[in-house]
Amino acid sequence: MTQVLIVGAGPAGIRAAERLVAAGVHPVVVDEGARAGGQIYRRPPAGFTRTPRALYGSEAGKAVALHRCFDMMLEAGQLTFHARSSVISLSGQVAQVLLPEGVHGIAYDRLLLATGATDRLAPVPGWQSAGVYSLGATQVALKSQGVALGQRIVLAGSGPLLTLVASQLLKAGARVEAVLDTAPLTTQARGAVGMALARPFVTVRGALMRAQLGRIYHAGVKLVRIATDDAGPTALYWQDGRGREQCSTCDMVGLGWHLRAETHLADLAGVSMVWNDRFCQWLPHSDAFGRAGDGVYLAGDGLQILGAEGAELAGRLAASACLEDVGLPTPDTKPDLKRLRRMQRFAAAMQRAFPWPAQMVRDLPSDTVLCRCEGISVGELRETLPLSGPEANRAKSLSRVGMGRCQGRYCQLAGAEVLAAKAGVPVAQVGHLRGQPPVRPAPIGAYLDDWSD
Amino acid sequence: MTARLVRLAEASRLEVPFTFDGVALTGLEGDTVLTAVLLSRGALRQAEFGPEQRAGFCLMGACQDCWIWQEDGARLRACSTELKPGMRLRSAPVSSWPAIGDAT
Repeated sequence: MTQVLIVGAGPAGIRAAERLVAAGVHPVVVDEGARAGGQIYRRPPAGFTRTPRALYGSEAGKAVALHRCFDMMLEAGQLTFHARSSVISLSGQVAQVLLPEGVHGIAYDRLLLATGATDRLAPVPGWQSAGVYSLGATQVALKSQGVALGQRIVLAGSGPLLTLVASQLLKAGARVEAVLDTAPLTTQARGAVGMALARPFVTVRGALMRAQLGRIYHAGVKLVRIATDDAGPTALYWQDGRGREQCSTCDMVGLGWHLRAETHLADLAGVSMVWNDRFCQWLPHSDAFGRAGDGVYLAGDGLQILGAEGAELAGRLAASACLEDVGLPTPDTKPDLKRLRRMQRFAAAMQRAFPWPAQMVRDLPSDTVLCRCEGISVGELRETLPLSGPEANRAKSLSRVGMGRCQGRYCQLAGAEVLAAKAGVPVAQVGHLRGQPPVRPAPIGAYLDDWSD
Repeated sequence: MTARLVRLAEASRLEVPFTFDGVALTGLEGDTVLTAVLLSRGALRQAEFGPEQRAGFCLMGACQDCWIWQEDGARLRACSTELKPGMRLRSAPVSSWPAIGDAT
C-alpha cells in the first residue's frame, strides 16, 4: 500500500488525512503540537474548561468539527499520529523525525506538506527586548494557556490578526492600551471592496469587530521605536497618519503583519520557490491542487496564505491529487476548486487592504536589530553589500543574518527588503534563503539514543 | 523580579511545584514551562548577543528564543514543553559544569 506522510495536523493536514482515509489509505501524520488542530484551532491542554465558543468565537463550529474528524480517525486506528514531533530533514524518500524519544527515519512514497505559517515580522527598534512578542504568540497564549503576555498591552502591525487578537484580549479581560495599524484607511477601503465581493459576510464581521475597538484603534501609523528598560518595554513611540509624534505606554508589545508561509521542508523536498508580489514573500510553486512534483503535495498556509477555511479546501485538494496520482478514485473536486478560488480572491484583496510596510523597513535606522537571534543590526547587513551584492545567501554568509537559530524565519523578508533598497533592485532579485537541515534544532542526545541500539 | 504574564482564565487546576534558578515556584497542571516561569518572573534568560533579557517570542516553536536549561544539563524549549512536578529549571548553564576542554 502507498505510504503517505502528512506533515502538519492543522486544518489542511486534517482534511487531507480525512480524504486519504476515505480512500482506504493509512497516512502517517506528524505534528509539533500535543494535540491535532494547528495554530488557529489550537486546543488547550486536557483539563482546561473554557468552551469552544469562548476559545474560537464565531469559528467554534468549524474548530470542533475539525478536532472531532481527526480524533475519530485516530481512535479508529485509520492513521498513525506522532504528536510533539518535528520533521527536521528529508532525503531519499525518508523523513528524519524528531520524536519525543529521539530521531527516527520514516519512509514514505508520497509526501504531503501542510506546514502552515508563522507571523510575518518587520523589525521595530527595540523589538529584541523581553516582552515583545508576535501577534500569533499573543493569541496562542490566550487560547491555549489562558494568559495575557503583559499588564498593559500595545498591538501593532497590520492584517486580520491585529483586530482579532485585540478583540479577543479585551473580551478575556486584558488591558489593551492601543491597536496600531500601519495600513492607511485609503488602502483598507480599496481592499475592502474586493474582500466584500469575495466574502461579504466575513468582511462585514471583521469591520464590526474593528468598530468595537473604538478609540484605541489607529490606522496609517508609522512605528518609530519601542522604549525599554531592564525589565522590558515601557512605551511604543509612533507617528499618526498626520505625522504627529505619539507615545503609548505599555509593558508588552505584540507585532505582526499577516503571515509568512513555512516553506523550509518544501524547499528541502526540491520544490521551487517563487517571489509573490501580492503576498510579498517567496511561496512554493505548485499546480492548482498543490502538486509540486516528484510525489510532493502542498496544502494550507505553507503553500498560499488563505487562512483556515482555505486550508481545509487545499488539504482535500492535495489529497485528491495524491489519490489520483496513485490510481485511486477520488470525489469530484470542482466544488472545492471553485471555493478555493473565492478564498484566493479574498486573500489577495486583503493583502491590498493591509500591505507589508516596505517603506518603514527600508527606512530603519542602522542600529536597529534586524536578526533577533544573534543581535545583528540593519547597518551590519547593509555593510555586506559591497562584497555580497544584493544576494540573500551571500549576505547571510557574511553578516549571519538568517543563520541564527530561527533560520531566517523572522528576519529573511526584512533583510531582503533592506538589501534591495540599498542596492536599488527589486526584492525578488535578492533571492530566497536556501533551506538547511535540520529545520528545527535537534539535540545531539536525540541521535545518540539511536546509536546505542 | 515582577511577573510578566497575567492569568486571565483557567485558574482552578492542580498546583505543580518546580524550581527556577534554585527558587521554589508553583505553576498549574497544563501550564507550559514558559507560562509557569513568566507568571513569577520577567524573563527566561539573558540574550547571548545583546544586553537584553529574553522571554520567548513566537510561542509556537519556530523562533527558538525560549530555550532554557535544566539542572541535569538537558535544555528544553519552554513554549512547547509542559511543566512537570519537580522540574529544576535554570536561566543559564550551571557554572560548575566542566568546560569542553576539561572532559578528559
